[in-house]
Amino acid sequence: MSQNAAKFVKDTGVQKRPGLSDTAGRTPASAAKPIVSANVQVSDSGKSRARAREWAWRLFLPAITFLIVIAIWSFIHSDIAKDVPSPLATWKHAIDVFSHPFYNAGPNDMGIGWQLLYSLGRVLSGFGLAVVVGIPVGFLMGMSETFERAWQPLVQILRPVSPLAWLPIGLLLFKAVDPSAIFVIFITCIWPTVMNTAAGVKAIPKDYLNVSRVLQLSKWETTRRILLPATLPYIVTGMRLSLGIAWMVIVAAEMLTGGIGIGFYVWDEWNNLNVKSIIVAIVLIGLVGMLLEAGMMLVQKRLDYRT
Amino acid sequence: MSGFLSLDRMGIVFETRNGPYRALQDVDLRIAQGEFVTVIGHSGCGKSTVLNIVAGLLRATEGGVLLENREVNSPGPERAVVFQNHSLLPWLTVYDNVRLAVDKVFRKTKSKIERDEWTRHNLRLVQMNNAADKRPSEISGGMKQRVGIARALAMEPKVLLMDEPFGALDALTRAHLQDALMTIHADLGNTVIMITHDVDEAVLLSDRIVMMTNGPAATVGKVLSVSLARPRKRLSLADDTEYNRCRADVMKFLYRQTETDDPRAA
Ligand SMILES: Nc1ncnc2c1ncn2[C@@H]1O[C@H](COP(=O)(O)OP(=O)(O)OP(=O)(O)O)[C@@H](O)[C@H]1O
Ligand SMILES: [Mg+2]
Repeated sequence: MSQNAAKFVKDTGVQKRPGLSDTAGRTPASAAKPIVSANVQVSDSGKSRARAREWAWRLFLPAITFLIVIAIWSFIHSDIAKDVPSPLATWKHAIDVFSHPFYNAGPNDMGIGWQLLYSLGRVLSGFGLAVVVGIPVGFLMGMSETFERAWQPLVQILRPVSPLAWLPIGLLLFKAVDPSAIFVIFITCIWPTVMNTAAGVKAIPKDYLNVSRVLQLSKWETTRRILLPATLPYIVTGMRLSLGIAWMVIVAAEMLTGGIGIGFYVWDEWNNLNVKSIIVAIVLIGLVGMLLEAGMMLVQKRLDYRT
Repeated sequence: MSGFLSLDRMGIVFETRNGPYRALQDVDLRIAQGEFVTVIGHSGCGKSTVLNIVAGLLRATEGGVLLENREVNSPGPERAVVFQNHSLLPWLTVYDNVRLAVDKVFRKTKSKIERDEWTRHNLRLVQMNNAADKRPSEISGGMKQRVGIARALAMEPKVLLMDEPFGALDALTRAHLQDALMTIHADLGNTVIMITHDVDEAVLLSDRIVMMTNGPAATVGKVLSVSLARPRKRLSLADDTEYNRCRADVMKFLYRQTETDDPRAA
């Protein structure tokens, strides 16, 4: 099944491939960047009114953007490409899809909720593995020059490779869809995690380490009391980036592996020429990605001593 | 002079990209217990390097440091350091920054309750007990420096090493902290080596001022004893002849260093 799906992509999915490897190619761009939040200053007198206006503005502007997009979509539907479903038809279909998201009519016909949960499960497994392996490896690379010298060239070669290129290796090794997809997500997440952790360890001010030396902290105490808290902001940034990219990669990976998952759902609906389902899935994938990002931001807020 | 702390013909060569660089040569100094010594000299002459060798953070290439006749070759809490930029750990509260040091030094000799009390006692010494639960990012530069001093004092060090502890502070805060430091020194009798750029600060605080020549191969150029009675009051010192003689002495030394340095720079 999976091999067939993979072949199918090879033959027909020509236009989709550059797009896919494009997003995956962004994996290495993982430098930690502090996030500066814009502060809005408000005078005391007009505070509540200003806040109301601010909220109206926050809802109003995006609403206009959405309306414009829907208008363009309608125009494409009516005048350019008749195959693209109308916004209204899509909306009706979405209500239909979401009215029973967890139906289960055998392994080849499950609700969109199941598809989503399978994808999320794979992403979180691969991500979790990458965090467990990547943080210690990142620490070693940041702390030991010997270790870094030994590993840096290999990492530099493998890091720019689209994680999807590893899928055949995964299928070969595991001979099953689930572990192969998890393997691809692991590869996706491992580089940003390792690189950010290593960068964080290297960025520790020398003064903190001098404090540890004067206090004669043991290796373990230094790691727990100084190295770990100092690098945590970098580690969490790496995790946040990994998770975002992983959520993009899983869709592509599942298109290739087939079986179940939101990526395969999109591909399957395309084979059924059910474009409405694809649009619904795109919006759903976007929303879930947004939630994942928001969740990681929360984690970051909790763990970053700077906030 | 007693050999409580002695630097013996100490020298250091750094390996740099442009070959070896001799920063210090034949630095010789004996410091008595309870003495307050300041080190003054032009920027880049090697003051921090001297302090870091005494702290054990750097190893001298020649000669060495003896504390109570034992050679210093690694850092330790009996030579506590107040770093130039405070170096408080930003993820710990003021209390926890001091407590970390207290826990490490007194783990075996003090009970938990005693360690808590000792931490608070040292915060009170620098009048930071009210900000114990604040993070370093929530307090001013002068307050951070005070916590840094509390952390060092809490280790009950044999020698207190301070690298320009008040360098980044405004004049008023600086004066307050100098007074606080004089009081603490009078009460506890610590042996102190302090680096400074400020001539007035050096004369006000020191028993002796160590003036360093410019690098490379910097060394002790001159040592000046300040025979002013303690406690010293900064306001009455302004018209004191001894104070002004010392001040002028140090100024002259530093100025002469600038002159001899000029042809080399040209
Ligand atoms: N790790 C090092 N490697 C190479 N050179 C160094 C190193 N540390 C210090 N130096 C050099 O040794 C000299 C003395 O440096 P040091 O930091 O001790 O000066 P300083 O007197 O403390 O200066 P400042 O007053 O600006 O703090 C400088 O020329 C510096 O460039
Ligand atoms: Mg210095």
